[in-house]
Amino acid sequence: MLREITIGQYYPVESVIHRLDPRVKILGTIGYLISLFVIKGYLGFIFAALFLGVVTKLSGVPVSYMVRGLRAIVVLVAITAVFNLFFVPGETLFTVFGIRATREGLVMAVLMTVRMVLLILGTSLMTFTTTPGNLTDGLERLMRPLEHIKVPVADIAMMMSIALRFIPILQEETVKIMKAQTARGADFDSGGLIKKVKGLVPLLVPLFVSAFRRADDLALAMEARCYSGAVRRTKMEPLVFDRVDYAGLAIMAVYLAAAIALP
Amino acid sequence: MSILKLDHVNYIYEAGTAFEHHALTDITVEFGADEFVGIIGHTGSGKSTLIQMCNGLEKPTSGTVLFHGEDIHQKGYDLKSLRCKVGLVFQYPEHQLFAETVRQDAAFGPMNQGLSREEALERASAALALTRLPEELYDCSPFELSGGQKRRAAIAGVLAMEPEILMLDEPTAGLDPKGRDEILDLIAGLRRERSMTVLLVSHSMEDVAKYADRLLVMDDGKLRYHDTTEAVFAHYKELEEMGLRAPALSYVLHSLKEKGWPVGTYASSPEEARDMILGALGK
Repeated sequence: MLREITIGQYYPVESVIHRLDPRVKILGTIGYLISLFVIKGYLGFIFAALFLGVVTKLSGVPVSYMVRGLRAIVVLVAITAVFNLFFVPGETLFTVFGIRATREGLVMAVLMTVRMVLLILGTSLMTFTTTPGNLTDGLERLMRPLEHIKVPVADIAMMMSIALRFIPILQEETVKIMKAQTARGADFDSGGLIKKVKGLVPLLVPLFVSAFRRADDLALAMEARCYSGAVRRTKMEPLVFDRVDYAGLAIMAVYLAAAIALP
Repeated sequence: MSILKLDHVNYIYEAGTAFEHHALTDITVEFGADEFVGIIGHTGSGKSTLIQMCNGLEKPTSGTVLFHGEDIHQKGYDLKSLRCKVGLVFQYPEHQLFAETVRQDAAFGPMNQGLSREEALERASAALALTRLPEELYDCSPFELSGGQKRRAAIAGVLAMEPEILMLDEPTAGLDPKGRDEILDLIAGLRRERSMTVLLVSHSMEDVAKYADRLLVMDDGKLRYHDTTEAVFAHYKELEEMGLRAPALSYVLHSLKEKGWPVGTYASSPEEARDMILGALGK
């Protein structure tokens, strides 16, 4: 169950998108998110979806694998859609229990759903094609100007990379503990809400204990190596922009301009 | 009589993605009553997946798992009660402890079996006694125990379900030599007193040599050898190629034999080897 949530995982294949400089991918993703919010009509969304389709194809990440990541947000999307459908004022389509669904609401619901789906797919494409290490390197580099106003950029980047690194570890741990408790006859799937929540105790207690243990170990290991974010650390593989990266940025700029221009 | 049978079991992990991996390839094996079977193999050879097949935690991609002749993945099969009969102690089982007291934690399994609270606590106390955990610790928090004690408490959590088959995944990992011997003696004792079938996953050849009657050697998801301990360790050269080492005793006895000494090539314990060598010396 849990291992099916794919958001935020790195998908290891070789592709032009994987090789792009992380800064390009971060800026590109931000550009894509902006485009989703400035797009006005269907045409724009079709364009945005096509663009994402092409990039996905280039990245070599299977579509089925990307779509699996959407499972985590199905409920959120559904609730948003229902709210839009019923609470946007306008021309009545039909009524349920005295609440009116409107034509304008329907349009909004569809647009919001498409927007959220593209949003998740777009951002997850970045994490699928960028290792957590690369991602934080990119962010650190992009945020470096903020050091002038005393923002602890290196520390923030380190915290981010640790957080990202811990996602798969905790996921694995969760699966392991679930299995161990299932082997002792625990049942995480059946029963009413209260029984289910109570049933989580044998999972959550060991999970928290292990998270704290890991955090302690990591802190100790970092201290033992005299880690400090204050010194500017050099990189084993410094980020360098090459022609493909400039091309990538240019393509994103053209895309964003087109998305704004489309009706 | 076979209790548990795996019939042409294949398991492919994450089929169709870049993570695709053949964890098990065409495994057929049977486990009978009152057997002590060692399962050895390199990290990632599929030993853990194999035992998780046995209690239905993993479902084979193809092939069947039979418990007392019944397919455990057929519709309506009670997997929960299967898991109580085929107990599995995971690697580092102490990481699954969660309850307020040791006794309550050990009672978790029996409670899930549907026993009353009193019965479950009784079973828990009995199981904890089997693991020889000092009685004054039963009402402590499991998090106050030492590493070795936690492991006993966790093993008791599985024993409390009174399984027919006890499977243990690297039960001695991370323990000091004394702790290791205590856990292994405990397992061997259980087998003697309760005539439980024991499947022991380990990468320590010395451990399995001393206790197991029969060995399964896993390599890259395949069952390479399936024979008596003695016969498997005769393949010590091939085992080396799989990244495994036969017990040090095997090496000593083999080289003595090559030098023309009248000794056997297998001993399950240092004492046995000592007697053999003393015998060859005529003492």
